[in-house]
Amino acid sequence: MVEPGTAESGQSDEELLDRFQRGAFGYFLEQFNPDNGLVGDTDRAGAPASIAVVGFALSCYPVGVERGWIARADAAQRALAVLRFFCDSRQGDQPDATGYKGFYYHFLDMKTGRRVWQSEISLIDTTLLLAGVLTAATYFDRDAADENEIRRRADFIYRRVDWLWARGGGVSEWQGWKPEGGFLHYGWDGYDEAIILYVLGMASPTFPLPADNYAKWTATYQWENIYDVEFLYGGPLFLHHYSQAWIDFAGIRDQFMREKKSDYFENSRRAALVQREYARRNPYGFAGYGKDCWGITACDGPGFTTLTIGGRERRFLGYAARGVPFGPDDGTIDPCATLASLPFTPELSLSALRHFCTHYPDMIRRSRLPSGFNPSFPGGSAAGWISQGSFGLDQGIVVLMIENYRSGLIWRLMRRCPYIGQGLRRAGFTGGWLS
Amino acid sequence: MSDPASLVTPDDPWRRALVESVHPSGWSNPKPAGRYNLVVIGAGPAGLVAARGAATLGAKVALIERGLLGGDCLNVGCVPSKTIIRTARLYAEMRDAKNYGALVPGDIDVDFAAAMARMRRIQARLGRTDSAWRLQEEGIDVYFGAARFVGRDTVAVGSQTLRFAKALVATGARSLTPAIPGLAEAGYLTNESVFDLTRCPRRLLVMGGGPLGCELAQAFCRFGAHVVIVQDDPMFLPKEERDAAQLLSEALTRDGVEIHLNTAVVGARCEGGQKIVNLSSGGDRFDVAVDEILAGIGRTPNVEELNLEAAGVAYDTSRGIHVDDFLRTANRKIYAAGDVCLEHKFTHTAEASARLAVQNALFLGRKRISGLAIPWCTYTDPEIAHVGMYVRQARRRAIPVNTFTVLMHDVDRAVTDGEEQGFVKIHVRPGSGRILGATVVARHAGEMINGLSLAISAKLGMSDLAKVVQAYPTQADAIKLAADAYNRTRLMPWLKALARRWLALQR
Repeated sequence: MVEPGTAESGQSDEELLDRFQRGAFGYFLEQFNPDNGLVGDTDRAGAPASIAVVGFALSCYPVGVERGWIARADAAQRALAVLRFFCDSRQGDQPDATGYKGFYYHFLDMKTGRRVWQSEISLIDTTLLLAGVLTAATYFDRDAADENEIRRRADFIYRRVDWLWARGGGVSEWQGWKPEGGFLHYGWDGYDEAIILYVLGMASPTFPLPADNYAKWTATYQWENIYDVEFLYGGPLFLHHYSQAWIDFAGIRDQFMREKKSDYFENSRRAALVQREYARRNPYGFAGYGKDCWGITACDGPGFTTLTIGGRERRFLGYAARGVPFGPDDGTIDPCATLASLPFTPELSLSALRHFCTHYPDMIRRSRLPSGFNPSFPGGSAAGWISQGSFGLDQGIVVLMIENYRSGLIWRLMRRCPYIGQGLRRAGFTGGWLS
Repeated sequence: MSDPASLVTPDDPWRRALVESVHPSGWSNPKPAGRYNLVVIGAGPAGLVAARGAATLGAKVALIERGLLGGDCLNVGCVPSKTIIRTARLYAEMRDAKNYGALVPGDIDVDFAAAMARMRRIQARLGRTDSAWRLQEEGIDVYFGAARFVGRDTVAVGSQTLRFAKALVATGARSLTPAIPGLAEAGYLTNESVFDLTRCPRRLLVMGGGPLGCELAQAFCRFGAHVVIVQDDPMFLPKEERDAAQLLSEALTRDGVEIHLNTAVVGARCEGGQKIVNLSSGGDRFDVAVDEILAGIGRTPNVEELNLEAAGVAYDTSRGIHVDDFLRTANRKIYAAGDVCLEHKFTHTAEASARLAVQNALFLGRKRISGLAIPWCTYTDPEIAHVGMYVRQARRRAIPVNTFTVLMHDVDRAVTDGEEQGFVKIHVRPGSGRILGATVVARHAGEMINGLSLAISAKLGMSDLAKVVQAYPTQADAIKLAADAYNRTRLMPWLKALARRWLALQR
């Protein structure tokens, strides 16, 4: 069903953002299991919980409270339910545990909370969960029984994570782990969403990562001039958002950014400019691409298939890490990623949001943007293929980034979280709010 | 000395012509007369260049080869692989014709045997250049047989002993033997046997995602084989940039290669006339049934049968012969060049090192191997070429580096050719504009990298490249576009303001 009333209804920017932020927030209320606090990876039938989505949920609750969408006590109870679960659930090397060495499996059964899909112990997804755990611990700061328990349990969860074990003998290459085969090697090289992983790892009071780990990772960075924009390259747009959702990088710099006279906030702005320029150039002639239609990232897709469209062979992907400008690119745009660039490129992201509302109204359902649409792929409307349902990661980043743009709430909260400041300092960040 | 007849496989006129050139059946080794200025062991690219270079300058030279002149490059390496890659590319283009506004030819039947016959014809043609007779005419004493040092300045070939003032070991390398249970019994191909195939295997498993594995996986896939490539690492060509490896993954996928990254071959067996290969990935184990297995997991230097101990030459079986920056071994009379001592095992590296070694050995030269800017290229489609430093190497050495990137989809000629996949990345030291290194991914990256190698060798900066007027439209325009982008970053705000003021005065 197409949602009536979009950009044409004359909503102000504030009203428009409020509508999409609240729509996205609703995801976390709906996909929540009150028995254990877990939140579904997607709203598709039978979807498991994703620990990263739980991290986003924990970070969104303070937003909901401040916006008056949920009572503080209700939010605290939701947070507490999941913190109790992660404290008390089974940790061990059994293939059906919930976690190991303080880390957690990427996907868990919504009801039992045990590992599903033969998923891996995921370092980055545990990090995003921990970011949410610490956001909740920082926000729920009152001297009340439930809020005291939130802080106590959050600290327990964070301190239990054995970052040193997770190095797996490596130095700066971060890995997953499976009980069936041990450590997994992803070959992470170059800039990505992992700054917050290093920050939380280095700030650990129990198993701190050595300080030089961060420098070894940043030694794999590439500073590139693409389309006359100089920036720290990273292909998929989301990786310019995930650490930035929690940490206010404006004005604080590590050694690399001091050398380049930039910072990670500015870098995310430039990454959006490169994305937009790529979409304007539209080298592969995908339908819809343009100055207001960009946002190429890891997202859902039409499926792994090849079609001949307009005499041209097109290969499409399913869920995949798409990127700019080296690809892969199959014509799929994730409008949530475009919107998540809002704090860095407010005018451009808002302009794109209005464009999406005007030109592709049928992809907006219950004030939520889908996790991908592809106007080049034959579909029932101009939007072409539209990802069905909603993905928790996309709705989460939309809530947090709109809030950071509107009030800076998450950034302000995390400045108060001592682990963030300590981790940043150990990584060599100075200046700005760290001074 | 190998029996030339045993080298003629498969037996056809072209193969016989090749062997007649590079290991003639009626050859008699010369009788050594006095001490040689230079004895070269191994007549691959390094050995041939060294022997010819020294002989041209008047040296008395002996060249010893136990197999075929020309080495791996001509017989089991670059020449046969690039030849069949060209045919495979043609088949891919025929199938892709509609994307070029052309009709797809009906019934594209692959004639694999014809492709291999063409390969042997071309080998025979190129082999003529390096024929034993020709080398003899050039004044080189060519010995066929296994060389074995018998002292610090003597080497034996068969019953003859050669004395030398200087020697160069250029015995090359061979395919590594994979230590996988059951593989030897099941049987597998290497680069030394794959070009002898006369029928394309219906299903082929390629072990290893390095240059050889990727090139041949793509070529055989284009010949119609169902190809499975298994790579232990999380990406292909692990030494190259992530984006290059990513583009290669996509290209192989587009061709229809079945890719298994982060996967190890853990066992193999024969069952019902097929080869069953057991794979392991992240704890999951599964079997793949194929008709042939190709091992391309790396190369190991040929050092074992030379009796290097007698000559006092230090070596080990993984790194090969130990040499210093001047390519001298532990015995100051003996030098080494090419695959037997270098990390980068390429024909042009072997040749460059041989030139340098001859200069240092015979003419008191002090040329350093580390001083050479050596490019390399993987001849997949698109090709992946590199020269100089990678960004990570520069950053490890605390050298500031900015990368100027031009996408091939922004290069007019690449667009008109329908060859838009790829990029040129030039790594530059900020301030000076000095080119530290470059990576090119493009249909003809191997051709394009040469301009960048020239720039690095001639110590040209980005501003110099920007001044070059290039023919339009060419794909090498990408290099000029990168240099132009560099120049724009040099346009300081004060300079822009000054220009604006000046132009205002001119109105």
